[in-house]
Amino acid sequence: MAVTALAAAEGKRPSARLRRLEDERWLAFALLTPTAVLLGLFIAYPFVEGVLLSLSSARVGDPGHFVGLKNFHKIWNDSIFHTTVWNTFWYTGVTTVFKLALGLWLALLLNRHFRGKAIIRAFILLPFIIPTVLSTFAWKWMFDPTFSVINGTLFQLGLITTRINWLGDPDLAMTSIIIINIWRGVPFFAITLLAGLQTISPELHEAAAIDGARPWARFWHVTWPLLMPVTLVVVLFSVIQTFADFQLVYVMTGGGPANATHLFATYAYQLGIGTGLLAEGAAISLAMFPFLFIIVVVQLLYIRRVETR
Amino acid sequence: MAKTKRRSVLKLAGGAAAASMGGMAAILATGRMPAFAQQRTVHWLKWVDFVPASDALLRKEMLPEAEKALGIKINLETVNGNDLQPRVTAGIQSGAGPDLIMAFNNQTYLYANSVVDLTEIAEAVGKAQGGMYKYARAVCSDGKMFMGMPWAVIGGMIAYRKSWFEEVGATKFPETWEQYREVGKKLKAKGRPIGQTLGHTFGDAPGFTYPYLWSWGGMEVDPSGKVIMSSKETLESVKFLQGFWKDAHDEGGLAWDDTNNNRAFLSQTVSATLNGASIYIETLRKPDQYKTEKGAPMHTDILHSPLPKGPAGQFGFHLLQSHMLMKYSKNQDPAKEFLKWIHTEKNFEKWFVSQKGFATPCTEKWEGHKVWTDDPVMAPFKVAARLGQAPGHAGPPNAKAAEALSKYIITDMYAKAVQGMPAEAAVKWADGELKKIYV
Repeated sequence: MAVTALAAAEGKRPSARLRRLEDERWLAFALLTPTAVLLGLFIAYPFVEGVLLSLSSARVGDPGHFVGLKNFHKIWNDSIFHTTVWNTFWYTGVTTVFKLALGLWLALLLNRHFRGKAIIRAFILLPFIIPTVLSTFAWKWMFDPTFSVINGTLFQLGLITTRINWLGDPDLAMTSIIIINIWRGVPFFAITLLAGLQTISPELHEAAAIDGARPWARFWHVTWPLLMPVTLVVVLFSVIQTFADFQLVYVMTGGGPANATHLFATYAYQLGIGTGLLAEGAAISLAMFPFLFIIVVVQLLYIRRVETR
Repeated sequence: MAKTKRRSVLKLAGGAAAASMGGMAAILATGRMPAFAQQRTVHWLKWVDFVPASDALLRKEMLPEAEKALGIKINLETVNGNDLQPRVTAGIQSGAGPDLIMAFNNQTYLYANSVVDLTEIAEAVGKAQGGMYKYARAVCSDGKMFMGMPWAVIGGMIAYRKSWFEEVGATKFPETWEQYREVGKKLKAKGRPIGQTLGHTFGDAPGFTYPYLWSWGGMEVDPSGKVIMSSKETLESVKFLQGFWKDAHDEGGLAWDDTNNNRAFLSQTVSATLNGASIYIETLRKPDQYKTEKGAPMHTDILHSPLPKGPAGQFGFHLLQSHMLMKYSKNQDPAKEFLKWIHTEKNFEKWFVSQKGFATPCTEKWEGHKVWTDDPVMAPFKVAARLGQAPGHAGPPNAKAAEALSKYIITDMYAKAVQGMPAEAAVKWADGELKKIYV
């Protein structure tokens, strides 16, 4: 029976096209093509278009002409752009530190055994699951200059006597959006780090404990080094996302008051889409690229070093 | 078992479809969609009206009537006013989108290359309805073409609480900025400050900052287009507002959009605010919900006044709305038919009456309408379109003026100053930004 089946299979040779796929080079090519096409269509093409746009004098309804680096020169001397660069770095830096610290803390707590663990873990993810625009609108009400529930509570508790101007004061407005970003980002850190924690064998901890290591020493010499590769990847993702954040700031402050909370993406949007200065908008979003590129390269190199250690 | 091939299935299905309705081949051969998909439609994008009754009137009554009269289906879409400009840009760049889009103020100049000339309709309506106001003409026409069909002016006046002003000794509304500051100081001391936005929002922010600047004698440019922002007059206006803000204003206003001041006024946390008539109209609509602290309906305690005078006079800058017919539109003829239809006196009146004075028409004939005499509280709005001045003054309200407005340069100058930037630095900043636009 088996012999006849084999014979039948041999008798029916695969077509020439299929036979070519037996060559690994062709197979690799065939398997990679869809991804390459998608990347080309949705990443490379818009990117090249963006570069061309930033080198032109295009405005809405007017394709413009080639002007070289004039737009970049213009934004280089633009005081709002300077504020934007500073804001973006501050926003990304502060939120990443807090998200990592709080996320790690939460992950360590969730890694313990307690009743209702599964439910708590699911709930922790909520801020990350709710669409950003929706949750940001809820926060907008909480920080509302007139009706802030936070102010109301602080007032009732007797902690403040006048209203705190959350979104009207430039520093507080920045602090507000940082708080929301941290709130939204901590679950991502927590769950990913928790997954990392669970891959660490308990035997290592037991061995360290037998050797007399206290909890802090066990964390520092066992958990942290083993968690490092996962941590670095999470931080990398988070930095990229935060650096290019748009929705949160757009909904909360629209970049105001007086441009105090503009990030690269929101300022590019205001100029490009709002005012119709497409070329300048493109130049601003492209200005984000070298910064991000350097951050990503440094982090990837570091990850490689950690992994090959 | 016989093999069923993918191709044979397709052939079979195609044959069945062809048999039933002439087939895809027939459609492709004529190059036209079948007749049932050919109803004429116009996609109309406008702001969410601050008088909700007017949008309801359009949806429930007027647009079905238009469909009956013209055979055109109107798809009305409404979005927050701050989101209109992004939609225009997206439409023009992709070559597809709404056919008619509402523009605010001189935004029309930004899109002049991408819109259809509406001179014929605008002139006809102007002629039939007592002549078009100079303000509407300046904002919608560059002298060669009407880039937008003037729709209405949303007058901006200060809505204020009569009894609260009287309590601090102001029996009538202050006439000058100095007087307003004195009254405001007393009001703020009683926990009832003046509410004013200095945020990035289309209506109430520039509606205050532009006329405020003009009233002190400050101007963005001279008539030739030379930037003259950095002047003694501008500097004085900034210095005065720094003190005025601290003395008399609700400092939360820096973060407000066009809706926040309505809510603040209705919840009785501010005593006065520059606004369209939407606050008053809302209190009229819901007298049981909005009451004064003494229990009287709030609408009996609201009056309207133009902005006070400055050393150089008294000014207003009111939100002018027009409709642009986009060049990419494939429905230009039906869209024009619809514009003509809705601007006939009979039809426009229905909409105008539903606004109860919130919107002032762009032609003079309507000044005599009984809407203005029915309710004396609304009377100040009657002449909003007559007295309005266009952004970019003393130059023309062209694309450069529109760019300065879109970038909130004047508003940000004041916002920066009240946040603590020295007045000189704020003026210098604005002057520099304007010079980058007016090159």
